[in-house]
Amino acid sequence: MSEGVASKQVVEAPPEAPAAPRGRRSPAKLLRALGWTALLVVLLALPLYLDAAWLKAGQYMMIGAVGAIGLTLLVGQAGQLSLAHAFFLLAGGTAYSVLSGPTDDTRVIGLGIDPALSLIGAVVITALLGLAFAPVSGRLRGIYLGVASLALVFLGLYFGQSAEKLTGGTSTGRAPTPFSLFGFPFSNEGPHIEILGVPIQQAERTWYLFLLLTVLAFVIARGAVKGRIGRSWRAVRDNEAAAAVMGVSVIRAKAGAFAVSSAYAGLAGAMTVLWFDILKPDESEYGTYGINVSIAFLAMIIIGGLGSVSGALVGALIVNGLPQVLSLYSTDLGWFTGTGGGALTPILVSSFVYGAAIILVVLFEPGGLAAIGRRISRRNGRIPEEQGT
Amino acid sequence: MNTFLQLVVNGLGKGAVFALLALGFVVIFKATEVVNFAHGSLVLFGGYLVVVTRDALGWAGASWVGILSAGLLGLLLERFLLSRPRHADANALALLTIGVDVIVTEEIVRRLGDSLPFIGEAWDAKPFQLGGITLFRTHLVALGVAAVLITAFWLAFKFSNWGIAMRAQAENREAAALMGIRSSRVTATAWLVAGLLAGVAVLFIATQDFSGAGLSRGTHSIALAAFPAAILGGLDSTAGAVVGGLVVGLVDALSAQYISFDFSKSAVFLVMLVVLVIRPSGLFGTRERTRV
Repeated sequence: MSEGVASKQVVEAPPEAPAAPRGRRSPAKLLRALGWTALLVVLLALPLYLDAAWLKAGQYMMIGAVGAIGLTLLVGQAGQLSLAHAFFLLAGGTAYSVLSGPTDDTRVIGLGIDPALSLIGAVVITALLGLAFAPVSGRLRGIYLGVASLALVFLGLYFGQSAEKLTGGTSTGRAPTPFSLFGFPFSNEGPHIEILGVPIQQAERTWYLFLLLTVLAFVIARGAVKGRIGRSWRAVRDNEAAAAVMGVSVIRAKAGAFAVSSAYAGLAGAMTVLWFDILKPDESEYGTYGINVSIAFLAMIIIGGLGSVSGALVGALIVNGLPQVLSLYSTDLGWFTGTGGGALTPILVSSFVYGAAIILVVLFEPGGLAAIGRRISRRNGRIPEEQGT
Repeated sequence: MNTFLQLVVNGLGKGAVFALLALGFVVIFKATEVVNFAHGSLVLFGGYLVVVTRDALGWAGASWVGILSAGLLGLLLERFLLSRPRHADANALALLTIGVDVIVTEEIVRRLGDSLPFIGEAWDAKPFQLGGITLFRTHLVALGVAAVLITAFWLAFKFSNWGIAMRAQAENREAAALMGIRSSRVTATAWLVAGLLAGVAVLFIATQDFSGAGLSRGTHSIALAAFPAAILGGLDSTAGAVVGGLVVGLVDALSAQYISFDFSKSAVFLVMLVVLVIRPSGLFGTRERTRV
């Protein structure tokens, strides 16, 4: 228990790749860049082919991806176990709703700020909240921190129920202001746009917005992991005393990791509110911002491989995508027709799948899917990835 | 004054139940350094078997089945899952128990469906008057049962071979193994004991007196409050688990009355946060030292 949560799970960084000749990128790097570009092109083109329901499912996966990237930085790279992710989701969603909300509403408070600025504001506010948790997160390690962070979920539950002026309360909630960027609305209003004969409506616009946010989140996380910040996080994770000796400010690294992770969760929270088109706090510990959500995010990053940013994407695809895809297919195929008690639902089935996936990963492949991917690329004679990203 | 006295007695009764759960956490943690996130599902499993077997065996028989099967589930989890990856990090195994918890809890909640059965027939909803204050029978029985079990546990821990082996292993795993202590047996018993305690606790939790709600997902959430109880006292201290449990029970009962019912759940965790900021290893936990 003395070291970070992930110290033994994250596969140590393989030796540096042999330096490629100057002026020419190595073929493996080129191939990887090509792969990412192809993926991006496909993701950009998808709205032209998929209908709104599938786009909605895809957006939900992107929400998971943003949150999971934040959590994998914290748990995998900085070695701090957190079960508080759902709390920061709620905080981000509430912050966005309050900042952007109309000022003339008598029931709930709104500040009437531009939605784009509100989104940034929500991210900043959740980062500050994460920073405010530093006195606890900086002093505790491993499981102690995990359980202490659980406290935030319970505080969030109470906050959601009691601060009705901000959250709208558990019975009705509050509708968020639709997102718009420089006056361009991400809804069915505004200018009519068509690409290849496909009208770009709310579902398509939101897809592109979420895609942009996810790409941003991904690029920033990769940058952090590869750079000085990531190195200091890993140093603290592996040995605090050694890190301090090397000149890393342990307190700053720990608090910073928590703040960054909270900011990611805050962004995911604002996206969640936009996705549901309502902010509705939970009535019990189990709900949209409950313990189950914290655990689902933890499942994503365990499945993807702790500390791996691309692994977090795959984890989100599985954990958040499965219930969506299952319910979309079930309407076509007539599955899950039972209702009421004892019925199998898509959410239930996916819970079983990711519960089992956690067990299997810990038992057989502690590095998660990222480790499997790394092994495949090594077997193919390619250069191993750096730093478990 | 009377209300206060009543609250204290009820709080202690609740606290006794939390102490049983926290004791289970601590026993597992001492033996294996694994934090068992699946404790709530052990609780649900015991309760569920009471519900299933109650018609055939009667309540008393069914409760024994529930208690024993919760213990058995703990034992099986240890034997088939947690003892497998021998050199796995304790934290990785804690994550594994989260996976177990998700599966067991979801399945039991699915099977329970819309029925929310109460399972404390022998003592539930039979309040009585004593010196002008109303007392819940559930809480008093819980106090008595917990006192007996905790004393028995403490005696076994202090004097029996198992207790000595357990303490030796907690002190130094390798040295204990070299002295001929079978580490796997100690670990397995720890999980068995924790499961049995969880099976006892659920008979008090899923009652009208304790939670006002039958066996359901809510029972699992209530069992989560055993976390702060165990952490408050210090994860590696058995005395701490008992004290932590009582503190949690009292905070829960008092804050529900004097602040608000919604707040009482958060209050428990808030108290834990405050204690952790002041003493990062809990009230009685061993402090970690870093040597360079």
